[in-house]
Amino acid sequence: MLDLGTAAQAPAPAARGSLWWDAWYELRRRVVFWLSAAILLIAVAMALFPGPFAALGGPQRGCDLRMSKRPPQEGALFGYDLQGCDYWSQIVHGARASILIGLAVTIFALLIAIVLGLLGGYFGGWADALISRITDVFFGIPFVLGATVILVAFPGHGVWAMTLVLVVLGWTTMTRLMRAQVIAVRGMDFVAAARMLGASHLRIMVKHILPNAIAPVFVLAMLNVGNVIAGEATLDYLGVGLQYPEVSWGLQLNAARSFFTEHPHLLIFPSLFLTATVLGFLMLGDVARDALDPRLH
Amino acid sequence: MRYAAQRLLQAVPVFFATTFLIYAMVFALPGDPILALAGDKPISDETLHTLRERYHLNDPLIVQYGLYMFGLLRGDLGQSFTGQQVSDMLAGRWEVTAQLALTAWVLELAVGVLLGVVAALRRGGIADTAVLAGTTFVIAVPVFVVGYAAQIVLGLNLGLFPTAGTEQGWPGSYLLPGMVLASFSLAYVARLTRTSLAENLRADYVRTATAKGMRRRRVIGRHALRNSLIPVVTFLGVDFGNLMAGAVVTEGIFNLPGIGQQVFQSIQLQEGPVVVGAVTVLVMIFIAVNLVVDLLYGVLDPRIARA
Repeated sequence: MLDLGTAAQAPAPAARGSLWWDAWYELRRRVVFWLSAAILLIAVAMALFPGPFAALGGPQRGCDLRMSKRPPQEGALFGYDLQGCDYWSQIVHGARASILIGLAVTIFALLIAIVLGLLGGYFGGWADALISRITDVFFGIPFVLGATVILVAFPGHGVWAMTLVLVVLGWTTMTRLMRAQVIAVRGMDFVAAARMLGASHLRIMVKHILPNAIAPVFVLAMLNVGNVIAGEATLDYLGVGLQYPEVSWGLQLNAARSFFTEHPHLLIFPSLFLTATVLGFLMLGDVARDALDPRLH
Repeated sequence: MRYAAQRLLQAVPVFFATTFLIYAMVFALPGDPILALAGDKPISDETLHTLRERYHLNDPLIVQYGLYMFGLLRGDLGQSFTGQQVSDMLAGRWEVTAQLALTAWVLELAVGVLLGVVAALRRGGIADTAVLAGTTFVIAVPVFVVGYAAQIVLGLNLGLFPTAGTEQGWPGSYLLPGMVLASFSLAYVARLTRTSLAENLRADYVRTATAKGMRRRRVIGRHALRNSLIPVVTFLGVDFGNLMAGAVVTEGIFNLPGIGQQVFQSIQLQEGPVVVGAVTVLVMIFIAVNLVVDLLYGVLDPRIARA
């Protein structure tokens, strides 16, 4: 006989045997996962607590112009930057802008993608047509040139203005994928069953379609964090992104570009940190994709 | 046929909305362009007024945009604030950017697909692991870092390529910048081909073809690869527009006088007409290529055209 009591207890958020539990089981056996997790943990810790990390490079003295562009040496692990400041300390402090913007842009873009993708994919008809065309419009704006136009139009922008610009130009890919996923799930039997049981549109979308459609979008979001960080650094490098009193890897690379042939350390160290962080998010996205794809199990 | 007509009709409002958005953004640039042009010299109210009239700066935005689109129909991209024809300013630059983008695109197609196929056929082997690790790394390094590294190592230290400028013409001056511009998408194409082909190699129709006694080379070439290339074709189509518009950074590093450089300088000089002209043409190319890819997609996969 069916025991209704235990059956009702079964569906917990990450119940054993669910897609997410399976994914975690798969993930924790992968070396790449632990490697990327370690990189990201260090990067996030640096962004949260730059002080202690900067202190690892030795005692903090003020900047000294006489030390400008000196290579790595005793007491300065990464050498000195243009202003003669300790480069290690500068680079540690640069982590915050990149990681904050990368995560914030992705979270906002993901929210937009979920809402628009659900509405367009579930209801179809004119709502879908409208959302799809708006997506096409923003998809057609070239990234670097579009961002440059907006950023030059609104000078004096900080981290949050940068975030806004990158969201405006970067929500389309996830929205398209979300819509396609919703359309694929919409026709399935359990959705029809929920509808026959009298569930409202909102309930069907949130309780039934969303959990079954989100996995690939989630993977794309993880990859997206890396791409946003690289994109933000590119805008800083071009001189239209964050401006001087801010500290970021992109700005350090911008300052390095006239001197890198004689002073390669100016280019190498920020690039190394930038690349490692982006790589961390890309590897995490990659292993998550493998883990979340039921066809590979 | 209905599919083709439908896609064409959809592209029209997208074109107008995108160009209007760019137009509005560019003319939201701060400062009065005419005053900026005059610089320190005093300018009489009459001259100011005449010039503003001539560039339609007193009209509402939507009227300005309408006039601009009307000019575009006759192939007129308008005049810059310094009185030059925008189409003349951009004339020589299209060639540079097009050569660069095309070089990158061909590299992407040839090398990217080749690497993807090799990786998929040796799935789990050394070649596969190398391609996966290599492409992840290339995707993670920002394009300007790739650019400088290639310029120093391959150009300066090894002397294999010229480091900057267009003196050697095509292909000499364009190979190295082309490689740098292609690097990100090339890695992406390789991964896409790998995933798609690996999936298709497990499909029933491939097993059937093998069971019929067909040679492996033919099974892969005629059956599996053909079907696997559908997503790759889509990506390559979309990417051509991105390469044209995204060449700013590469053009800057290798000092190539292309469209990206011109637009970037014009944005900073508040030369609205030049920015709008170039970006409008870029958007047109982007939409046209996407349209062609969508139609091609319908031919490659008939299920889409019928849906």
